[in-house]
Amino acid sequence: MLKNFDSKTLQIKLRPGRSTFLFGLLILGLTGLVARAAYLQGMHNDFLRQEGEARYSRVIEMNADRGMIVDRNGEILAISSPVASVYADPKLVKISPTQLEQLSRLLEMEKAEVEKRIYRKQGRFVYLKRQIVPELAEQIKALNIPGIAFETEFKRYYPEGEGAAHVVGFTDINDQGQEGIERGWNNVLAGEVGSRRVIKDNKGRIIEDVEKIRNPKPGRDIVLSLDRRIQHIAHRELRKAVAIHKAKAGSIVVLDAQTGEVLGLTNFPVYNPNSRSSINSERIRNRALIDSFEPGSTLKPFPIAMAIETGHVNPDTVLQTAPGTFKVGRSTIRDVSNKGLLSVAEILQVSSNVGTAKIALSMQPQTLWQIYNNVGFGASIGTGFPGEANGLLRPYNKWRPIELATMSFGHGISVTLAQLARAYTIFTTGGELKPVTLEKQLFPVMGRRVISSETALAITQMLEMATQSGGTAPLAQVNGYRVAGKTGTAHKLIDGKYAKNRYLSSFVGYAPASRPRLIIAVILDEPAAGKYFGGAVAAPVFSRVMEGALRILNVPHDAPVNNVVTFPSLLATGAEG
Amino acid sequence: MRMFKLNLSLILILVVCALGVVSVQHEARKLKMALENEKKITRNLEVEWGRLQLEQSTLIARRHIENAAIEQLNMEVPSANHVQIISAGKLNDSQWAELEHAEKF
Repeated sequence: MLKNFDSKTLQIKLRPGRSTFLFGLLILGLTGLVARAAYLQGMHNDFLRQEGEARYSRVIEMNADRGMIVDRNGEILAISSPVASVYADPKLVKISPTQLEQLSRLLEMEKAEVEKRIYRKQGRFVYLKRQIVPELAEQIKALNIPGIAFETEFKRYYPEGEGAAHVVGFTDINDQGQEGIERGWNNVLAGEVGSRRVIKDNKGRIIEDVEKIRNPKPGRDIVLSLDRRIQHIAHRELRKAVAIHKAKAGSIVVLDAQTGEVLGLTNFPVYNPNSRSSINSERIRNRALIDSFEPGSTLKPFPIAMAIETGHVNPDTVLQTAPGTFKVGRSTIRDVSNKGLLSVAEILQVSSNVGTAKIALSMQPQTLWQIYNNVGFGASIGTGFPGEANGLLRPYNKWRPIELATMSFGHGISVTLAQLARAYTIFTTGGELKPVTLEKQLFPVMGRRVISSETALAITQMLEMATQSGGTAPLAQVNGYRVAGKTGTAHKLIDGKYAKNRYLSSFVGYAPASRPRLIIAVILDEPAAGKYFGGAVAAPVFSRVMEGALRILNVPHDAPVNNVVTFPSLLATGAEG
Repeated sequence: MRMFKLNLSLILILVVCALGVVSVQHEARKLKMALENEKKITRNLEVEWGRLQLEQSTLIARRHIENAAIEQLNMEVPSANHVQIISAGKLNDSQWAELEHAEKF
């Protein structure tokens, strides 16, 4: 090509191959570029568009609110409400001395402490204060300090405060359940945070959805079986009783006598779930569900029910309990006083250990074990509450004869208060043991038959005698209602020995006896103000809680009003086993 | 010449369509923005609703009402002797069951 060039000075002899090579190289380069352009424009399009979007698209979180916890009537026991957390980016903070002054005043923190945080050397994120109320956050925002920003968090509030604390539990600062329902049902309550990719304009407004990465799953609300009104009464009365009797601790369980739902459950000592500083390991214990104890006489109705059921005795069978002591092997069983000849009904009414032991010894160990096992002792009651205790029911083939006797009046076996209350459902439902639930039952749940309805009725009649004149618990009576129930006073088991002056005073009962609606179990741990018999300490608490709860539920009277009769002298002598 | 006219009109249609696409996209983004705004308002209202529920349930806490009734208003719970329970005649078992059922809801 350059052959025809005229200028003499530029007439350089080129080798023909060289120019062709150069030309070829240029063509090759050009083809390469065109191919690349076609590839980018046509085939690689999607990737590039994605990259383009990535420059102005953002992934944003979609909140999943934590579900509420409500009582059976829909009243709120736990709810999340937004609060603000203040944080600083130490690299960006510019603050004047007056602003610092104002900031530390609003945050209620020492000036030095605030300074230390906002001037921290390492990191670009430091919390100044978490979970402050939105109004306060607005005031801080108004100070307009560069480098200080806010994020919205949710805080859990418990309107019933300590009243329902042990059942509901609480969450930690990161909204994770730590105790109670909040912990046991955390997965259901928490839900799952979702996220989506969006395109934002230069002002940060969302203008297009690109994709949903994950759908948010809002937390579910939990409907408890608790009745906030009954819960309040139980809590108030327990507090009072613990103070009056100078007890170390106490618990009350209120069950629906027909369905087994927990309408009230309270313990003392307790904490306020709204202020974390009041929480410690002693106060956190939901004793009614996670502590087991030797219940004492409140177990007597079960061996007697079994003896009637299996035909060993009938309510009118008379046994000799004189002289108030009874030797089994090398051990001696004692009554509080010598009561002579007693019918089976009277044995329960005056709570005779000797009488109950004699009835038990007429049965096989297996028979007694069977009733205890069938009413759910020694196994978890299955509410799903974290840390629920099983109690202890040893296998009958390991019992010594004395144990068959002591076990009949509630020693050598341990149960939780909730198990004990639940066991009494066999008397209120005509013989069926109902499951205990903390969640409201939408459908009536089938029970398991343990004794016949005739036996259940017979025991109810005996237990009613226990709350009448001559019984151990006249103080359990409720004006206008027939009440059935049983007292218990047990020496506390400390390091394997029965402590002499430390007692567990308890009462389990139900009303109205003609058509039971509620079962209430009360226990006070180490009452130290003089009285310690279950009939004097726990029965009055039972009576007051029952009275209030029956009024709230509008339960019609089944006895004439002014039916309450008391015999103070009886309590002084103490007719208790 | 005819070919040129056809080309011209096609180009015009193309331009109109292109402008249409642009304006529709703009419109869509504006609507999306409005939608997001409404969603934000919904969310805020939900949060407000939660706060009001919390306030209500705090105000109706039994211990507050009880304290106000007993200490400020000198009220007391009537004893059973002062309560008259009126039942709608004698109820048979199925009526009882019905009544109990109704009470639960």
